Amino acid sequence: MNKIADALKKPVIRILAAILLGLMAAGVILAIAGYPPAASIAALGKGIFSKPKYISNVIIKSTPLIFTGLAVAFAFKTGLFNIGAEGQFIIGCLASTLVGVTVKLPAVLQIPLILITGMAAGAAYGGIIGLLKAKFGIHEVISGIMLNWIALYLSNYVCMLPAFRKGDTNGTDQVSEAGRTLILGAWKKTGEGAAVLKKIPVFGEILLKTDANIGFVIAVLTAVVLAILLKNTIKGFELQAVGYNKYAAEAVGINIRKNILEVMLIAGAVAGLGAALYITGNSPHKVTVLSAFEGMGTNGLGVALIAGSSPIGCIFSGLLFGGLLYGGQALQYEVGAPTEIINITIGTIVFFVAIIQGVPKLLEKYGGRRKGHAE
Amino acid sequence: MLNSVTLLIAITLMYSTPMVFAGLGNLISEKTGVINIGVEGMMTIGAFAGAAVCYFSGNAWLGFLCAGLAGGMLAVLHAAASIVFQCDQTVSGIAVNLIGPGAALFICSLLFEGATSTQPVSDKIPKIFGDISAEGILGNLNMDVTVVIAFLMAAGMWLLFYKTKWGLHLQAVGEHPAAADTLGIKVNRLRFGCVIASGVLAGFGGASVTLGIVSQFTPITIAGQGFISIAAVIFGKWTPHGAYGACLLFGFAQALTVLLGGGESVIPSQILAMLPYILTIVMLVLFVGRGVAPKASGKPYEKGSRT
Repeated sequence: MNKIADALKKPVIRILAAILLGLMAAGVILAIAGYPPAASIAALGKGIFSKPKYISNVIIKSTPLIFTGLAVAFAFKTGLFNIGAEGQFIIGCLASTLVGVTVKLPAVLQIPLILITGMAAGAAYGGIIGLLKAKFGIHEVISGIMLNWIALYLSNYVCMLPAFRKGDTNGTDQVSEAGRTLILGAWKKTGEGAAVLKKIPVFGEILLKTDANIGFVIAVLTAVVLAILLKNTIKGFELQAVGYNKYAAEAVGINIRKNILEVMLIAGAVAGLGAALYITGNSPHKVTVLSAFEGMGTNGLGVALIAGSSPIGCIFSGLLFGGLLYGGQALQYEVGAPTEIINITIGTIVFFVAIIQGVPKLLEKYGGRRKGHAE
Repeated sequence: MLNSVTLLIAITLMYSTPMVFAGLGNLISEKTGVINIGVEGMMTIGAFAGAAVCYFSGNAWLGFLCAGLAGGMLAVLHAAASIVFQCDQTVSGIAVNLIGPGAALFICSLLFEGATSTQPVSDKIPKIFGDISAEGILGNLNMDVTVVIAFLMAAGMWLLFYKTKWGLHLQAVGEHPAAADTLGIKVNRLRFGCVIASGVLAGFGGASVTLGIVSQFTPITIAGQGFISIAAVIFGKWTPHGAYGACLLFGFAQALTVLLGGGESVIPSQILAMLPYILTIVMLVLFVGRGVAPKASGKPYEKGSRT
């Protein structure tokens, strides 16, 4: 018993156990619903790994989730629950698209401009949450949720304005070619370029058939930067000190309110950067009317929680989410199971991540007591 | 004039009702010291269960009860996580908010041939004055019975908290569980019960949308009402009457959206749709004071510990 308790004290083991339990729960639910669990898991695996282009799509799918995951995880490290990442992402998409369709610059200027716009918009939107908390004591979960809905309707409103709407479509125009962050995007357009790419084994297929883009690389870099900021800088120490014990932090002269605002600005900027890269790196490179949330922020919460709020961990849990969400589509056409099972799986994994933390304590308590009786 | 005023009152009451249920649910959990941001997910599963059961049974009341049951079952997860396993209650609440809609949509597409919306229900929650087709004021005020039930629930909870011994126990557990324990109150058992009750209430709230205001479940039926109801509890300073009043206020914002959106409105519908959410934030900015939450809120209780 105590061996299990000791093992579960290690975060990595805890998280792997939670993932395993979550997948098992999904299997049980599928079995109850009348779908073969083993075949379902096999279909999921096939949908993720069986072709290079699938793997590429998983990475593409996971990229925005790593960003929103980082936006949540970074704030969580400092004691703030950034449930508003969804709104920050939406506003980031909107702002970067608007700049991308109206400004016409060469790629070397256009791409940085779009990315900076996305970051700034996300930061501003996250900053509202920080300001509301620092100034008025409004809990960030409440204001975050409200701002998510406001962002959704604002985006829907702006993208249908006559100035930005494209013809009769339900969205804006596409971001100009110069602003796109696809890898060798220009080559794909020309016949000769495509012919050259076709000859390259594996990667040729990935480049031609998927929206392979630079987003993932920047996501990894962002994770590393945030990890260094938190671990190796005084600023990072200060920010986290507030999360550990805000009274102690205040006593040593850390300005809590300023910290809250700064954290939310950074978190929003990260979500906004992810949004800008999502727009520039993925078809259709534009904003359309959303009937509901895309779940970038909600899944980002899951990514951060499963990663135990470690920025580097977010890369891996983001990939896990990307795999589940992309591979989950295979469940539909391979075994006919509704893809919503993936959302249950994600929720269950988060649930197990939460409760497993209490398990070592419980095991020691009851395991220990029983041992005591035996002696 | 009187006509439109009564219409506004009626729509306000109708739209605030789901939030009243969920808000009371959140409140009873928070009062005993368990943060419950999972009410949104519990509302969603309730909204679905209500619509689905009513569609297949043809009985709205059966649907309503099953909605409470579904919400309560989801709440068991949250109660187990936060009380037995003593985990972070916000995280567990988030998990519930992921599992609730996920389960609702999953079961929905199993039952309704892959669709994530139910078919419209044939039976709905009855109106106060029955099936009259009166025009004017009486017709306007002919609201769903759930409006009355929600009010009675709020009144009942006020009586419970402030006029009964049991209510006093309940509040003691949220303020100082160790002290309550020394008086022989079973802290964790009481908390467990109240969290389940909060799920049942949130489930009712969900069903009052799908069986009252609209007549089917869609993926966006529950669009933040659960979270707005949490804001209402904060805004109402953790009292049943305060939360009820705050829900009316937020319901009023939604009613305005509905009324202003009808016909040839000058304000774009997307802007109107933001109104309830903006108002929630504005209200919190203007009126919220600090330090009225139950003191043990969010802290698991372990027998024998001092705090």
